[in-house]
Amino acid sequence: MNIPFPDLTPAMPEVIMTSAAVLLLMLDLCFKNKALLALAGVITAGAVLYFLPVSMGETFGGMFISDRYSLYFKFIFMVNLILTILISIKYFQKQDEETGEHFSLLLFATSGMMIMASAKDLIVLYLGLELMALSTYVMAGLRRQNIKSNEAALKYFLLGAFSSALLLYGISLLYGMTTTTDIYAIADHINEIGSTHAFTAAMVLIISAFAFKIAAVPFHMWAPDVYEGAPSPVTAFMSVGPKAAGFAVMGRVLFVAFSEVQADWTAILIGISIATMAAGNILALVQTNIKRMLAYSSVAHAGYALIGIIAGTDEGLNAMMAYMMIYAFMNIGAFAIVILMNKGKEISDYEGLSKERPVAALLMLIFMFSLTGIPPTAGFIGKFNIFLAAVEAGYAWLVIIAVIFSAMSAYYYLRVVRNMYMREAKAPVIITRSLTLDFALLITAVMVVLIGILPSIIVR
Amino acid sequence: MISYLTQICVIAMMFTYVTLFVNINQISIMEPITPGSYIPTEYLPALLLMAAAAAFASVSIFIGGIFRLRRPYREKLLPYESGNPVVGEPRDRFSVKFYITAMLFVVFDVEAVFLYPWALSFGKIGLYALVEMILFIIILAIGYIYAWRKEAFKWD
Repeated sequence: MNIPFPDLTPAMPEVIMTSAAVLLLMLDLCFKNKALLALAGVITAGAVLYFLPVSMGETFGGMFISDRYSLYFKFIFMVNLILTILISIKYFQKQDEETGEHFSLLLFATSGMMIMASAKDLIVLYLGLELMALSTYVMAGLRRQNIKSNEAALKYFLLGAFSSALLLYGISLLYGMTTTTDIYAIADHINEIGSTHAFTAAMVLIISAFAFKIAAVPFHMWAPDVYEGAPSPVTAFMSVGPKAAGFAVMGRVLFVAFSEVQADWTAILIGISIATMAAGNILALVQTNIKRMLAYSSVAHAGYALIGIIAGTDEGLNAMMAYMMIYAFMNIGAFAIVILMNKGKEISDYEGLSKERPVAALLMLIFMFSLTGIPPTAGFIGKFNIFLAAVEAGYAWLVIIAVIFSAMSAYYYLRVVRNMYMREAKAPVIITRSLTLDFALLITAVMVVLIGILPSIIVR
Repeated sequence: MISYLTQICVIAMMFTYVTLFVNINQISIMEPITPGSYIPTEYLPALLLMAAAAAFASVSIFIGGIFRLRRPYREKLLPYESGNPVVGEPRDRFSVKFYITAMLFVVFDVEAVFLYPWALSFGKIGLYALVEMILFIIILAIGYIYAWRKEAFKWD
């Protein structure tokens, strides 16, 4: 019996992405000018976007699925990839540690995320997760001479390996009980014989691993150190991509494989969500380093997005997906401003920015308002949709808690705004502009405002 | 006395070996296992064997410790380094270059490990397997070229 060739059409975006990543690794050896690699990366993302709508269907013996759900997430990954490439070109030139591997690794990580979003089998899911994780571990340590970057890479690697082990243990338990790793077949099996304690144990292990990837409490400890130590464009990439990918697999595994035991995972996720919002928002209040502040804010945002999954409805899932898209624009925008500043590590460095650089201050203001969730910015639409879905599903009390924490977050986001507009600069503010960075800022700012005014372009 | 103990242990091990083989034959004709209800009792002989092996090792070292002669001198107490005179501390720092060498070894070792099961199942999978393996080796070759151009193979 010979196995026939699989239909590659549904996996075409991944094929393009992976081939381009390999190709970039080779181009890196030939060209001194790394901007060329960035251009190749953007072209790849464009090609993937072109192939995405026609890549529907299942392939590889039903282990890989391309549907509307995965399509939306792949769109988020492309936005994330393009914006990260745009903000990283000048950054690495400025640091004088220009590495061509950065772009290749970005593409590898993105293809890992795409495979995760499309996984219909837990083994494929694990493969995608490892491809994404290993690439991001390396990217966190790209500034080899910087001790904080090294620390970030090592911490991320050790804790990430630990979470991978948890995931594998969960998968192996599921396989032992159902003799399959197919997500849909597992659902059928639980349907037939009902849930047992062993199923719950497997579910808890798998949720733990995903909670690690989205930086949810109590698996958030790595986030501040890694976000602070990694190069800023990499931090921007890591705070959006792996988080969205984590939510993608979480949505698919929980909604499909564990749909029968929804009450169980809802109970777990409610606890995680409240703890995540609490820890993220409260710890962000006392941060003085802006990247650490954004790290804790990213933890808090994972808590809000979890409410979309807790709602357990299609509306909730849609709201979570839209939130991830909006989060990509506003968070990368905020990081773009951090990269723009020559000296922008501390929140106090932003004092008097509005006088010296009114446009940069205005953009930062938009992103901070959006992260807080103030209308008419995209962040408001994102939170509103999630809270609406949760209220409709009967979790009004959870929404009240989320709104309280959201109000709390205004303190640390608006502190940046206060520093920019109501304080005098202690030292002259120096910024390094570049065409690509300006372009990235333009896209993110326009999208944040546009989604805020016309939410229909992103929310279905 | 020690020789008696050894004989007892060897007999115990042979006994467990025999039970193990008998049980392996039973496993192969067993019905398919029902998921969730499977308790691996068939591996009990393996467990017994492990216990016997551990007991044999620890008991013989313990008995030997009681009866053997103790005549220590300096050379005897030194760490064993294949008969050579000892040079320096065992916890010595060594070059980070070994790290890259070890990593490269893993990469190419995994390739070789993959090739064996691939060769065994080639007949069942057919042309698809050939194409897949060619792709795999191309990607690996690119990794090789990368390592080569980044001078990972140079020692200094």
